[in-house]
Amino acid sequence: MFLAQNLLEALESLTSNKLRSGLTMLGIVIGVAAVIAMLSVGQGASASITGAINEIGTNLIFVTSGGQEDVTVTRPLTMGDARAIADPLQAPSVLLVAPMIQSRVDVAVGGESNSTQLQAVTADYQQVRNVTLSDGEFINDDQVLGRASVVVLGSDVAEKLFGTTVGLVGETVRLQGQPFRIIGVEESKGGSGFGSQDDHVTIPLTTAQARFTAQRGGAPDQLDMILAQAVTTEAVPQAVTEIEEILRARHRVQVGKDDFTTFKQQDILQTAAQITGVLTIFLGGIAAISLLVGGIGIMNIMLVSVTERTREIGLRKALGARRRDILIQFLTESATLSLAGGTIGILLGWFLAWTIGQIATATGNDFTPVVGIDSILLATIFSAAVGLFFGIYPASRAASLQPVEALRYE
Amino acid sequence: MSDCVICLEEITKTYRMGEVEVNALAGVSLRIRRGEAVAIMGPSGSGKSTLMNILGCLDRPTSGRYELDGEKVETLNDDALAAIRNRKVGFVFQSFNLLGRTTALANVELPLRYAGQTKGRRERAALMLQSVGLGDRIRHRPTELSGGQQQRVAIARALVNEPAMVLADEPTGNLDSRSGAEILQLLMQLNRERGTTLIVVTHDSSVAANTQRVIRLRDGLIEAEYVPGSEPA
Repeated sequence: MFLAQNLLEALESLTSNKLRSGLTMLGIVIGVAAVIAMLSVGQGASASITGAINEIGTNLIFVTSGGQEDVTVTRPLTMGDARAIADPLQAPSVLLVAPMIQSRVDVAVGGESNSTQLQAVTADYQQVRNVTLSDGEFINDDQVLGRASVVVLGSDVAEKLFGTTVGLVGETVRLQGQPFRIIGVEESKGGSGFGSQDDHVTIPLTTAQARFTAQRGGAPDQLDMILAQAVTTEAVPQAVTEIEEILRARHRVQVGKDDFTTFKQQDILQTAAQITGVLTIFLGGIAAISLLVGGIGIMNIMLVSVTERTREIGLRKALGARRRDILIQFLTESATLSLAGGTIGILLGWFLAWTIGQIATATGNDFTPVVGIDSILLATIFSAAVGLFFGIYPASRAASLQPVEALRYE
Repeated sequence: MSDCVICLEEITKTYRMGEVEVNALAGVSLRIRRGEAVAIMGPSGSGKSTLMNILGCLDRPTSGRYELDGEKVETLNDDALAAIRNRKVGFVFQSFNLLGRTTALANVELPLRYAGQTKGRRERAALMLQSVGLGDRIRHRPTELSGGQQQRVAIARALVNEPAMVLADEPTGNLDSRSGAEILQLLMQLNRERGTTLIVVTHDSSVAANTQRVIRLRDGLIEAEYVPGSEPA
């Protein structure tokens, strides 16, 4: 017996009851469409989140002051620490270092005043954090040396104060009442789930040390954070080790009692990948349940069909059909049903994913659902397997009917 | 022995219906020669259907021996029985039992498919339909055919594998008298011309009158055997 012949017969039988076959297929269609759409949304979310993190740079290392809770004596991070880390002899895996002071600051133009994040950095910060400007220039070494009163605005701050992000270079804003000349405006990075990345102003580190540290108290060369860029992504763990060794020696900490914390950009990436992975599995799992329900629908209908066609089965057996022939006949029917449903489901799921992507784009989120070959394969194999699995019981019931009883059945 | 296509020896069949055992056949011995046309008669409950099921290898006897065209049937498993039914038995049912979804041609092709034949199926089925007088109806579905025509399709289906015997269970029971007579004529003609052994189960004595021998059953036993016309009291 040949596959084509079986397939033809299965199609004949299925099309003889179009409404019922269609409704049965609907369960699989919805199941597969849900699986495809959910997986693609999950993968799209994962891609857009990791993409956003990658933009910040994967070879970034953050060093902050303070360690575990039981460490009571904390030496702050200082410019000396930053210089030591920047020394290529001590830390060959570190490419660039950007020391940083952070605080809140009031920015005012005319009567307009806004509270925002202040970042005080050196010129290397631009390269470390991939800062791109839509207008003007970033802080340079001379301005750091000369403690210049210059400021780079985040795009949100520029929008709030001036209602625009262009033509602001040369204007003056007041930080805590002191005048600063605008030398550049950053390009918008967009929100990425961690709050706005555009709501801050950036000034030279030395200027902040001279003008604002008095308000904060503490040593004048105290830092809030040191950003370090490893030479390559692969060198990040090595760079972390080097930084930790330098700081342990400089801070003379006891073993296991670091008074600082290092944090890799890769950690965030890993965490994000974990979260989106769980999300994808979760969504896919829910969708798989609907596929399962669809499969049970197929089993149900096939059981009805076997009962309905008892006489036909009896006749086929009388004409010489073996157990196997009947088994194959009914399995082909259920597999055809679920494969056809699966194919339609893939198309529908694709369409759904595309629609979700369109809606996301229309609402301003950079988010593209990804319908991968793997999810299509998964859905196809899964739906065929569902058809076979849930077809086995009805088919074997049909195959084991006794011809005498089947023929007598009314 | 060699000219016997069917040889039954002391066949019994016992059904259990709950607590009660029913002896449908209580020991039937029977020989049918190749090419013979035999009628099996008897009132309902006499064991006609049971005998027919055993003759057609649809059911196994409880005890006794059955040899069909040289095969010892009682020893065979389900799949081997299916093969025997396919090659050696052609069934004609009272209610035709055609597959309504497919054409007459596909219905006649069915036994050839189960025989594992791949080539020339269509041609052979078409030829068979032609020889029962339906050469111009091969693409019709059963619902588009009259009762007599449907039974002709069934006869073509029964004969397409050139079986050792044709088992007809009340073949004229669902037909009006005219098409019934035509069907009977066709069966007898095929019996004569092709030498196919024919066994007709019926309670219509006018049907039985066309055969060469009548076997009358009662209470699971052969009550009488006679040539039509010489019916014993």
